[in-house]
Amino acid sequence: MGSLKIENVKKAFGPIEVLKGIDLEVTDGEFVVFVGPSGCGKSTLLRVIAGLEDSTSGRVLIDGTDVSVTPPAKRGIAMVFQTYALYPHLTVKNNMALGLKQAGTPAAEIERRIKIASAMLSLEPYLERRPAELSGGQRQRVAIGRAVVREPKLFLFDEPLSNLDAALRVNTRLEIAQLHRRLKATMIYVTHDQVEAMTLADKIVVLNSGRIEQIGSPMELYNSPANEFVAGFIGSPKMNFIDGARLGETAKTIGVRPEHVTVDATSGAWKGTVVHAEHLGADTNLYLDCEKAGLITVRIFGVYNAEPGATLYATPDAAKTYRFGADGKVLR
Amino acid sequence: MSTATRSLPRAIGAHAILLTYTAIALFPVVLVVMNSFKSRAGIFGAPLTPPTPKTFDLIGYTTVFGQGDFIHYFQNSLVVTVASLFFVLLFGAMAAFALSEYRFRGNTMMGLYLALGIMIPIRLGTVAILQLMVATGLVNSLTALILVYTAQGLPLAIFILSEFMKQVSSDLKNAGRIDGLSEYTIFFRLVLPLVRPSMATVAVFTMIPIWNDLWFPLILAPSEETKTVTLGAQLFLGQFVTNWNAILAALSLAILPVLILYVIFSRQLIRGITSGAVK
Repeated sequence: MGSLKIENVKKAFGPIEVLKGIDLEVTDGEFVVFVGPSGCGKSTLLRVIAGLEDSTSGRVLIDGTDVSVTPPAKRGIAMVFQTYALYPHLTVKNNMALGLKQAGTPAAEIERRIKIASAMLSLEPYLERRPAELSGGQRQRVAIGRAVVREPKLFLFDEPLSNLDAALRVNTRLEIAQLHRRLKATMIYVTHDQVEAMTLADKIVVLNSGRIEQIGSPMELYNSPANEFVAGFIGSPKMNFIDGARLGETAKTIGVRPEHVTVDATSGAWKGTVVHAEHLGADTNLYLDCEKAGLITVRIFGVYNAEPGATLYATPDAAKTYRFGADGKVLR
Repeated sequence: MSTATRSLPRAIGAHAILLTYTAIALFPVVLVVMNSFKSRAGIFGAPLTPPTPKTFDLIGYTTVFGQGDFIHYFQNSLVVTVASLFFVLLFGAMAAFALSEYRFRGNTMMGLYLALGIMIPIRLGTVAILQLMVATGLVNSLTALILVYTAQGLPLAIFILSEFMKQVSSDLKNAGRIDGLSEYTIFFRLVLPLVRPSMATVAVFTMIPIWNDLWFPLILAPSEETKTVTLGAQLFLGQFVTNWNAILAALSLAILPVLILYVIFSRQLIRGITSGAVK
C-alpha cells in the first residue's frame, strides 16, 4: 500500500543540475532516510516525490502508478516540514482537519481520525488551541498529527527535528520511530544528521552533489562503505583518512574509524603527541598529531587520562582498516 | 526606573525631541481646526489664539453645509479613495504574490517594469490620460479617478508587498498545497493574513495622496456631480475674495475621514495571530 519507485529523476534549476539521475526503490512499510551534506539535493528529491517541484526528467511511481503529473494533494502523501508550517489562524484540531475537509471526507470520519491521532501523539489537551499557544515540540507533534490523519501511502519528513532543542530532538525521534512501528507505513525522512539517520532508518540513502553514493542498512554503511565519502559521512567522530603514500601503502587513502584505533603509552604503530582531549564520560576523544599519520582522532571507551603534549602510540585495527583508490572507491 | 537600558536624562532627551517634533507637525493642523471655529474678524485679529466666547462662530461650517453640496463631495472622495485602495491592495498583493512565488521567464523584468512607476510620476502622462478618458467617455466620472489612482498606487504596493511576501515561509504554502488548497486559497487564506501589517502600511501610503489630490479631479472630473472634497473647497477660494471661514471648516472636516481610515489600518499593524506559524 505504499511503495515508491524513482526512475532516473533529474532536476535542474536553470543551468544548475541539482539531481543528476536518481534511481531508487522503496518497498511498502520501509523507513528510508535520505542523508547528505547541505546542498546535496536531498530536500529537492523529497519535494519532487511530494510533487512540490517538477522533475526535469524521469518518473516517480507511487504504488506502481506514475504520479509525475499528479498534484501533491492527489498523490496520497503527507509531509512534515522543518518549520512545522501550521496554519496560524486555525486551531490544532482544524489544522489536522483541513486536508481531509478539502478531500471531502465525512465529518464523522474526520472526527474519528483526529481522535486516534491526537491520542497517539498526546495532543488531546491542546485541540482547541492555536499554534501560537504551543511550544516547539507540541507544534511539531501537531504537524505529525496532521500527516497521520491523512492516512497517507507515504509519509515525507523534511528535517523535522532541526528546529527542536537537543533533549526534545531525542524524544521526538523516539516518537517517530514508535509511530513507524505502529502504523507500519512507508516513511521517507530527510536529514543532514547522520545520528538521526542511523537510529531511525531501515535503509539509508547517502546523497552527495545530486547523486546517490550508496544505499544500505545503517550497519552496512558503517561496516562496508562503498567509498570515501560514505565512510567519512557515516560515523561520529568522523573516520580518519591518512595519505597512503605516507604509510608506504599502495592505496591512495587509508581510512580507519576513531573507535578502531587503540592507544598505548609505550609502544604501537604510530608515535604521536596529544593535541587535545575531550572527556565525555562514557568515552574520550583524543586528537593525536602522529609523525607518520598526521592528525588523527582516537575514540576510547570509558575514561582515559591524557594531557595535551603527552606522547602516545596509536595502533589501528588492521581488520577494520579501509583502503580507498584514487577514485575514492573502496579497494577490496 | 533605572534599569540597564534606561536612564532618566536619556528618557527626557528622547521625549523632548519627540515632543518638539510633534508640536511642529501638529501646529498647522491645530491652527486650521482652531480658526475654523472663529469669526472672520477673529481669524484675522488674532490667528494664534484659540476661539474665545467673543470670537467663536460656526459661520464656516454653516457656509460649508449650506453652500454647494459638501456631503456629496465627501461621498465622492470616500468612494474614490476606498475603491482605489481596494484595487491597489488586491491587484498589488496578487502581482506581488506572483512575482515572489512563481518562477517564470521574465520574472525579474516584470518586477522592474512594475516598479518603474515609483520613479516616473504619473502626472507626466496627464495629457495622454485625458485623451484616453475622453476617447473612452470616462471624463467626469469617478471611474476615471479610480482607474488613475489604482495605476498610481500599484508600483509602490507591488514593490513593498513582494518583499514581504518573499518572507512568508514556503513550507506553509507547500503544506497548503499538500492539503489540497488551491493557489487562490493559499493566497487569500494563508499568505494575506501573514502580510497584513505590510498591507496596512501600503494602505496608509496609498490613501493619503489620493485623498489630498487636486490635480486629477480638476482635470478628469471637475463636474459638480463628481467633485471631491479638495476640489470642492476651491469653491471658496475666489479670485478677489476668499472665504477663509468656509475653507478652514472644509479642511477641518476633510481631516476626519482620513483620520478614521488611518486608525483602522494602524490597528492592523499589530502583529496578532501571525506569530507561531513557523519556528
